[in-house]
Amino acid sequence: MNIFYLPRRDAITLAVFALVVLTMPVWLVPFGAAYPGLMQKFAIFAIFAVGYNVLFGLTGYLSFGHAAFLGVGSYTAVWTFKLMTMNVIPAMIFAVIVSGLFALAIGFVSLRRSGIYFSILTLAFAQMCYNLAYSVLTPITNGETALQLTMNDPRVLDLMFSERGAGLPSPSLLGQGMSGIEAFYVVAVVLLIAFYIAQKIFVSPFGMMLRAIKSNQTRMHYTGFNTRPYALTAFVISGMYAGLAGSLLAATDPLAGAERMQWTASGEVVLMTILGGVGTLIGPVIGAWLIKYFENIFSGFNDAMLHHTFSWLPQGAQDVVVAITSKFVGEGWQLSLGLIFVLVVVFLPGGVMEGIRRFSSLFRNRREPGPTGALKTSPAE
Amino acid sequence: MSETKSNVVLHVADVHKRFGGLHALADIDLQVEEGQTHAIIGPNGAGKSTLLNVIIGKLAPSSGAVVFDGNVLTGRKPYEINQMGIARVFQTPEIFTDLSVLHNVMIPALARRDGAYKFNILRALERETAIRQEAEAMLEDVGMHSSRDMAAGSLSRGDKRRMELAMCLIQHPRLLLLDEPTAGMSRHDTNTTIELLKKIKSRGMTKVIIEHDMHVVFSLADKISVLAQGRIIADGTPDQVRGNPKVQEAYLGGAH
Repeated sequence: MNIFYLPRRDAITLAVFALVVLTMPVWLVPFGAAYPGLMQKFAIFAIFAVGYNVLFGLTGYLSFGHAAFLGVGSYTAVWTFKLMTMNVIPAMIFAVIVSGLFALAIGFVSLRRSGIYFSILTLAFAQMCYNLAYSVLTPITNGETALQLTMNDPRVLDLMFSERGAGLPSPSLLGQGMSGIEAFYVVAVVLLIAFYIAQKIFVSPFGMMLRAIKSNQTRMHYTGFNTRPYALTAFVISGMYAGLAGSLLAATDPLAGAERMQWTASGEVVLMTILGGVGTLIGPVIGAWLIKYFENIFSGFNDAMLHHTFSWLPQGAQDVVVAITSKFVGEGWQLSLGLIFVLVVVFLPGGVMEGIRRFSSLFRNRREPGPTGALKTSPAE
Repeated sequence: MSETKSNVVLHVADVHKRFGGLHALADIDLQVEEGQTHAIIGPNGAGKSTLLNVIIGKLAPSSGAVVFDGNVLTGRKPYEINQMGIARVFQTPEIFTDLSVLHNVMIPALARRDGAYKFNILRALERETAIRQEAEAMLEDVGMHSSRDMAAGSLSRGDKRRMELAMCLIQHPRLLLLDEPTAGMSRHDTNTTIELLKKIKSRGMTKVIIEHDMHVVFSLADKISVLAQGRIIADGTPDQVRGNPKVQEAYLGGAH
């Protein structure tokens, strides 16, 4: 039995996905987004969203507190840099372990309730974590100023082998620096591994149990399943994904601030997942990319650029158009994001992925009329 | 407590259930023998569903106990009761509407094989060949093999019930509880369900049926208990019950 086995369809998806991710520096050029800092964010938040979807997409438990695990991952990673070594691998491992433990504790309590009460509990825990990081635990988190590397960090492992350098050290992987395009490729490879593991979860019996919990929890109980450990396992896995994403944020920029754990950050991953398509593998990735693209590109637009874009219009009309559109870019980028979110949820409740599905079935129907989609809808008997 | 008669599987012993001032179940004593089909009938509001919920552990009795195979069921969780070998068909089918029919039937088979919890992500579902074949054979048995790839939610009501039955049967339970298995069904669906229940009768599984429909009960049951106003007013074979004047007065009335 080959434990790396993936069904054919998923293996193809993985191959295409790998191609898309690794060629980002090429195809993002026309979008003006092919710079390393943004591409790193694309990959990191894709990991966050893919992991979040294991919980929300499969079990239906809507957590409003996953940014807490992202933050815990970042803090753990920075502390690993400070105390042990600038190598990113131990930082990633510790971040996953520690955020997993946090998820275990928070999930254990929160999963005693379901529905809205579960969501509120996770939100409460996340805000507690944020407050701990922001003010209570300042010796550990450095509060408002954010946890940073300093010149006299112990870095036990590194200093056993080499002298303390002149400047601040930076994270590295096997001697390779973690900055710019190299860092993007490191993060991209981690994303591909994370994506592959999510695929394994989706096609496994465990994944089916999670879907069954979402579908009918009562039937699960009367079928002999103890659903709480299943949901808790999904919660811990998604917490670990968030911790991994947090450690990568720290690896690409060795700094951990409390704002990373705020409820808006938790809300963002919910938006990513819903925007892209809940319960699909690719959807959350697309959602993460869209949101990060808007956040970084639309927010960079200003009036001068708009005037340039609409310079083909007559002067009067140009001023009017610029006056209106300028509200939706720059500082107002969230306005356009909100608008898109509303449109997607109203017209495509299944997110961007549903749009793609509808679009492709439109084409397929033209060629060969008949049942489409994963489940055939032929009438009974 | 155990084994007063040699082959009693389920013993409902002196169960009372009160909801505030309402005495929903009073002094229920019921013994179900291995391999028999035991029907519990009664007019609406007699306490049939309450009794079933007490047996399955959804409701705790105010006093008394339910004993299955020498183990007290009272206070146990639904999944523990299932793992002991009791499966249940609901009045309104409880199924996984978003999943395919085949997966609906594979899940209970996995519950039987893997227990209440197993973390298994190294295997892919489609490689669970043994479980899949078992599920397909079960669907063949209940005549639903052709719809195995359909979403369960899009089945007709009769097919949902048949699938739910398949979900219970694949676990090879020692005791199968059926809550009004033909409620709300057309005559045709009712008859096919009765045929199916007769077919599985020959497998030696113990069954408790809560039923309103006389037609169903008298064609299936080995033994009938009649419930009225929370009490058992008669107990016996279908013929004994049919001839019992108390039953005719309380339930059958002029209908039969």
